[in-house]
Amino acid sequence: MSFISYLINGLGLGSVYAIIALGYTMVYGIAKMLNFAHGDVIMIGAYVALLSMTHAGMPVLPAVLISVVACTVLGLLIERVAYKPLRNASSSLAVLITAIGVSYLLQNIALLMFGANAQTFPSVVKWKGLSLAGGKLTISGETLVTIIVCIIIMIALILFVQKTKPGQAMRAVSEDRGAALLMGINVNGTIALTFAIGSGLAAIAGVLLCSAYPSLTPYTGAMPGIKAFVAAVFGGIGSIPGAFIGGILLGIIEIFGKAYISSQMADAIVFAVLIVVLLVKPTGLLGKKIQEKV
Amino acid sequence: MENVLDVKNLGISFGGLRAVNDFSVSIKKEQLYGLIGPNGAGKTTIFNLLTGVYKPDSGKIILDGTDVTGKSTIDINKAGIARTFQNIRLFSQLSVLDNVKVGLHNNHSYSTVESIFRLPRFHKVEKEMNEIAMELLEVFGLKEDANVQAQNLPYGQQRKLEIARALATKPKLLLLDEPAAGMNPNETEELMEMIRFVRDHFHMTILLIEHDMKLVSGICEQLTVLNFGEVLAQGDTSTVLNDPQVIKAYLGE
Amino acid sequence: MLKKLSKQKISDIITYGIVLVAFIVMQILINAGQISSLFEGLMVPLCTYIILAISLNLVVGVLGELSLGHAGFMCVGAFTSAFFSKCMQDTITNSIVRFLIALLIGIVVAAIFGLLIGIPVLRLNGDYLAIVTLAFGEIIKNIVNVLFIGKDSKGFHFSTKDVMALNMEPDGKVIVNGPQGITGAPKDATFFIGFILVLITLFIILNLIHSRDGRAIMAIRDNRIAAESIGINITKYKLMTFTISAAMAGAAGVLYGHNLSNLTANTNNFGYNMSINILVFVVLGGIGNIRGSIISAVVLTLLPELLRGLSDYRMLIYAIVLIVMMLFNWAPKAIEWREKYLSFKKNKKEAVK
Repeated sequence: MSFISYLINGLGLGSVYAIIALGYTMVYGIAKMLNFAHGDVIMIGAYVALLSMTHAGMPVLPAVLISVVACTVLGLLIERVAYKPLRNASSSLAVLITAIGVSYLLQNIALLMFGANAQTFPSVVKWKGLSLAGGKLTISGETLVTIIVCIIIMIALILFVQKTKPGQAMRAVSEDRGAALLMGINVNGTIALTFAIGSGLAAIAGVLLCSAYPSLTPYTGAMPGIKAFVAAVFGGIGSIPGAFIGGILLGIIEIFGKAYISSQMADAIVFAVLIVVLLVKPTGLLGKKIQEKV
Repeated sequence: MENVLDVKNLGISFGGLRAVNDFSVSIKKEQLYGLIGPNGAGKTTIFNLLTGVYKPDSGKIILDGTDVTGKSTIDINKAGIARTFQNIRLFSQLSVLDNVKVGLHNNHSYSTVESIFRLPRFHKVEKEMNEIAMELLEVFGLKEDANVQAQNLPYGQQRKLEIARALATKPKLLLLDEPAAGMNPNETEELMEMIRFVRDHFHMTILLIEHDMKLVSGICEQLTVLNFGEVLAQGDTSTVLNDPQVIKAYLGE
Repeated sequence: MLKKLSKQKISDIITYGIVLVAFIVMQILINAGQISSLFEGLMVPLCTYIILAISLNLVVGVLGELSLGHAGFMCVGAFTSAFFSKCMQDTITNSIVRFLIALLIGIVVAAIFGLLIGIPVLRLNGDYLAIVTLAFGEIIKNIVNVLFIGKDSKGFHFSTKDVMALNMEPDGKVIVNGPQGITGAPKDATFFIGFILVLITLFIILNLIHSRDGRAIMAIRDNRIAAESIGINITKYKLMTFTISAAMAGAAGVLYGHNLSNLTANTNNFGYNMSINILVFVVLGGIGNIRGSIISAVVLTLLPELLRGLSDYRMLIYAIVLIVMMLFNWAPKAIEWREKYLSFKKNKKEAVK
């Protein structure tokens, strides 16, 4: 029984990673940049939802909605002010370092506004969850909701990218930005849209993460951000199903590692698995192999 | 061994596509040999096979009597094949002089310890390298630009620098991949002079890919025409260029 | 040709000169009591950061590969050497001798780690290499945090659980205490030693760059395929660069570890935060620009201290300064603007494509 419960917890944690990783992977696929500040957008999203619920006394759904809107705007703002001017910089490291600067900035803004102390995040899920096998196996409402939300988001994103015009534009830009521009696709708009979607997802991830692990500090987003980045690379960065699979696997490995090997070594295990996967498949599980033409 | 290069029945497939099939050629010492054919005929693939970028799935490559089939790019360069690229590949941030000095890397050596402590051998070998590199640059009229960053050279000069760098490795066979691409008629004329000069001055054997027929008929002594990965015609330049099959392949039906 | 050589030499001499003058000025100020003890305490870490920055620049700027695990090698150097020094504290009483042996141990072990990690990972490129190095750095930090080592009359005891699991005799002494790290290792590092180490690192790196090996490494950075075509052994040079860089990070770690009475491994000193901070030094100072790395390491380390008066706002300002400087230095529009209004340099020859 404990095996199944670990597995389900792993799925829950993995679903959060997957939602964050989707944001990472879409931004990477289209803007070819590692958005190191993505994890901190999660944290901002969680604070906005928290304030809406506790200070403004809003019900859950409007609070989450406000958080999504706030993060979307934040994502667009970051992209416009900090990343877009560096899009054609001579080194791709420039925008990476700027993203790190944005990450510090968001953390310190949160630190000034909300303080360093951990705040308790009230769960947005009121459902008690399921109790199966005569009470031997309980699944929390948070876990179930997280898994369901993650699946819905993934399917919606795949449909969006495959079926809609803006989605096709995204694919075109990620395939070949120059060619997309020549075909009359609004490249800047498409990149901004990608940031908007990724950041909106980050808000949802933040709310779900803090519902499951209810302690919120200005640094809450950093480690899940890194882990989700690992998940995105793990699944093959740039691939939406890859991010989903990578996130889920990472969550399961982390929970199993904690349960069966060592709780202190869980992170090391996660990173070790990543290394092994990349050494065997250098572009991740679902990544495309690219070879330079001579 | 009179032939510098002997290629026998070389072939490679990518997926289901036979990119090069049953390709054979012999090139004599100090010959200027042309490889021509329509786009996609497999010319650059042959260069990539000769330099070990791709491993052939059939056939043999004999360089100056030594079998180099299946060897790595690095070993093939050490064995004596150097090349230039269709889309120029210079060390863009290094100076013109340093580009050539990288070419001298394997034939002029001192250890890492000698370089860190600036031991006498470092100074001696560096001086040697500078002299050789400057001589090469002088041949190509690049001496004045020795300290310019390679990426700041004009296009035509970049092509020349690429040839100088290849020659610095002291090859037995020099492969030039579309050296005249992007040049105007005057520059092409100058390039033809230069290729002849390289052959005479360095006693070099040269195999070149080119689309510019004026250059091909002007300097190549022998030709191989490639079409769909196979040899269409082979022999003296004038004979090959008058071959009805070749004319058909170039001009279409 | 001669002109170029001397130009390069002059540039190197300026770099050495800046380091030397900065050291002398600081030393005079310290002796005159003009420097707060807080500031003075920053001098050894500052030397550490300079070594880390210039050694990472070797990988990022000269080889052109992105590594986010530099702090991992620093961690290896710090812990192995502090372990040695703590064990030998009573055996070798001369602190200079003890530090030199510790330094050697830290460098060698970090170099071995660099080599062993480099062999599998250097096949990867770009962002994949970055994430794998980050992963290795985190693993190293994580392992150090679960390591317990004690010593008693019967010899060494190891555990990855806790102190009790060491099963030591009553006379046993805990040396490495898991998350609490190594406590009470001798503080053998001084500002002077740090300064000497910076000079040595600088000497090795500058001489390496302006040599046959350095040219080969930069050739790989500029065009791997062309480098291969003229017989440059890519794997050898990538590994060599990575190993040398790791060894230097190890030396930085030794310096860092011997400046603390309580050596622990957390995210900020040996985790990815540190790796990223070093990368910030490198990129802000100019990729491939060794002197720039030194200057930016100094400025960015001292900046938060100089802003201390602003207390809570200092890291916020730091972040904003970082973003603005990156935009100013790298955005094509900003570069255009600078060239138009602030141009002191003569026009470069335009490359025709």
